[in-house]
Amino acid sequence: MKKYIDTGKKDTRSGFGAGLTELGKSNENVVALCADLIGSLKMNDFQNNHPERFYQVGIAEANMMGIAAGMTIGGKIPFTGTFANFSTGRVYDQIRQSIAYSGKNVKICASHAGLTLGEDGATHQILEDIGLMKMLPGMTVINTCDFNQTKAATKAIADYNGPVYLRFGRPKVANFTPEDQTFEIGKAIQLQEGSDVSIVATGHLVWEALQAAETLNEQGITADVINIHTIKPLDEAAILNSVAKTNCIVTAEEHNILGGLGESVARVLAKNNPTPQEFVATQDTFGESGTPAQLMEKYGLDASAIVNATQRVLKRK
Amino acid sequence: MSDSNHLNNLVVQVRRDILRQVHKVNSGHPGGSLGCAEFLVALYQEIMERKNTFEMDGKEEDLFFLSNGHISPVFYSVLARSGYFPVEELNTFRLLNTRLQGHPTTHEGLPGIRIASGSLGQGISAAIGAAQSKKLNHDTKIVYTLCGDGELQEGQNWEAIMYAAGNQIDNLIVTVDYNKQQIDGATDDVLSLGNLRAKFEAFDWDVVDIKNGNDIDAILNGMKIAKNKTGNGKPICVLLHTVMGNGVDFMMHTNAWHGKAPNDEQLEKALKQNPVTLGDY
Repeated sequence: MKKYIDTGKKDTRSGFGAGLTELGKSNENVVALCADLIGSLKMNDFQNNHPERFYQVGIAEANMMGIAAGMTIGGKIPFTGTFANFSTGRVYDQIRQSIAYSGKNVKICASHAGLTLGEDGATHQILEDIGLMKMLPGMTVINTCDFNQTKAATKAIADYNGPVYLRFGRPKVANFTPEDQTFEIGKAIQLQEGSDVSIVATGHLVWEALQAAETLNEQGITADVINIHTIKPLDEAAILNSVAKTNCIVTAEEHNILGGLGESVARVLAKNNPTPQEFVATQDTFGESGTPAQLMEKYGLDASAIVNATQRVLKRK
Repeated sequence: MSDSNHLNNLVVQVRRDILRQVHKVNSGHPGGSLGCAEFLVALYQEIMERKNTFEMDGKEEDLFFLSNGHISPVFYSVLARSGYFPVEELNTFRLLNTRLQGHPTTHEGLPGIRIASGSLGQGISAAIGAAQSKKLNHDTKIVYTLCGDGELQEGQNWEAIMYAAGNQIDNLIVTVDYNKQQIDGATDDVLSLGNLRAKFEAFDWDVVDIKNGNDIDAILNGMKIAKNKTGNGKPICVLLHTVMGNGVDFMMHTNAWHGKAPNDEQLEKALKQNPVTLGDY
C-alpha cells in the first residue's frame, strides 16, 4: 500500500493565506475582503503586499458579501475571508440573492469550519455549512484536506468563473499531499487502491481515512481511499467505479450527517448502484468546547471511528 | 436645461406601463412604482451617463442598482423605454419563462439588470462594491442606487452606510424613496425611521433633500446638487420625498396599493387619468 508522509503539521488556513499571496502577485483582478479576522484567516501577506486591493470590512459580514458581489461588476475577483459560520449561516440570504442567484464570481473562503475550531465551542463550530452551500444552485463547494491542497485550491478557484465556497480549518494537521499539485475542481483523488471497502473522505478526515486504511490493512482488509475535496460538483464516476470494486462504502466528514458529503454520496448510490454505506459524521448535534483531538474523538470523527464504521459496513455486504 | 415636457410625457407613459403590467397578471407592486416614475425617468433619460449597449461590467459609465426590487414594474418600463430591451416585452411581466421576473434578476439575462434584488437591504452593499471597482479601475463615473425608506429597517443597510463613510466611497449616490409608507402601514407606525437626515449625517454622509420627489425639475435640480457633491470624500444620500401611488388619485397617499393590482374598472379609471403620450406597448 502507498505510504503517505506527513511533511510537518500545518494549518489549512495558512494554505489559503499562501495561495492568496501568490494570487496577489499573479492576478491583478483578485481583491480580498475580510471581516475583522485578518490574522485568523492568514490574509496579512495579501494585505501588506496589496493594500489597494484589500478591504477591511469590519464586523459586518452581510455587507461584506454584498460588496463582494458588487465588486465583480467591473471585473474584480473578490475573495471574502471570515469563519465558516459567519461565511454561511449568518449571511445565507445575502449569498443566495446577491451572489448565487445573481451568478457573481465571488470566492467565499471560510476558515475554522467544524469541531476542530476547538475551545470556542458550538457558537463558532458550524457543522451545517456544507449542506447550506451545496443547496444553492450554481455554487461550487470545496473542502480541502491539508496545507498544500488548500493552497492549490485557492489558486485554482481564481481561474474558475462562478461562485465558490472554499472550506478549511484552524488546527495544524498533517501535510501530506504534493507541494506542486494541480488542483482540479470536481476531480476526486484516489489515495489508496483496495477491494474490500471504499472510504470516501473530505477535509480533515482524509488523513484520518489514510490512518484507518493502515489499521484495516493490518487486519487484512484493503481499502479504496478517495479524497473528495469537491463536494459539489461531486465526482460521481470516482465513487461508482470504487464501489463497483468494493460493494460497500464509508463516508467521512467533519460535518453533520444531515446535508453533508455522506448524503450526496448516498444520493449517487441510490440512483445508480444501491450500496451499503456507513456515515462518519456528527449525529445531528451541536459541538462544544474542547481540544480538537478530544472533540474529534468524542464525536466519532477520527481514524478509529472510520475503522469501526468499516467493520459495520463489511457485515452488511 | 432638459426638455421636461418630453420627460413628463414619458412619465405618464411609464405610469400606464406600470398599471397595465400589474393589471394583466393581477400581481405586482404599483404603489411604490408610481411614486418613483419621475425619479427613474429623470435618472435614465437625463442624469446618468450611460452607454447604449448593455455590458455587465459597465466600465466608463454610470451604474444604477435597484435595491427595493419589488418596484420592478417601473424599473422594467424605464429600462425598456431607455432602449435596453423591446417595450413589447413588458407584456411578459411575471409570466412563465419571462425575463421580467417578479423581482429583477440577472438570472434570465435581462439587459439593464446587474444584480438580483427583492430580498431587501442588499442594494447599497452591492453599489458600494461596484463603486470600489470603479475606483480600482480609475473609472470616474458614478454609482447610483435606490432603496425604499421602510427598507432601511434592514440592518445590513446600516453596516453599508457605516462602511461607505468610513471608506470615503464618494462616487456613490444613494437615493431613499421617502414615501413614509410600507406594507403594514405608515413607517412611523410600523417602526419609526426617526430623523433620517440626522441619521445619515451622524454616519458622516452628505444629505440632499428633494422636497418634491415627483417633480421632474425638482429631481433634476436636486440630483445635480448631489452629483456636484461627489468626489469630496463623502458618500451622498438623497432623501427623495415622494407620494406612493403618484399620478393615480385613488392610489395616492396610502399603502393600500403597495402590492395590489387594479381590477378592470380601476385600471380604466387610472388610465383615463394618464392618457397615452408615447404609445402603449
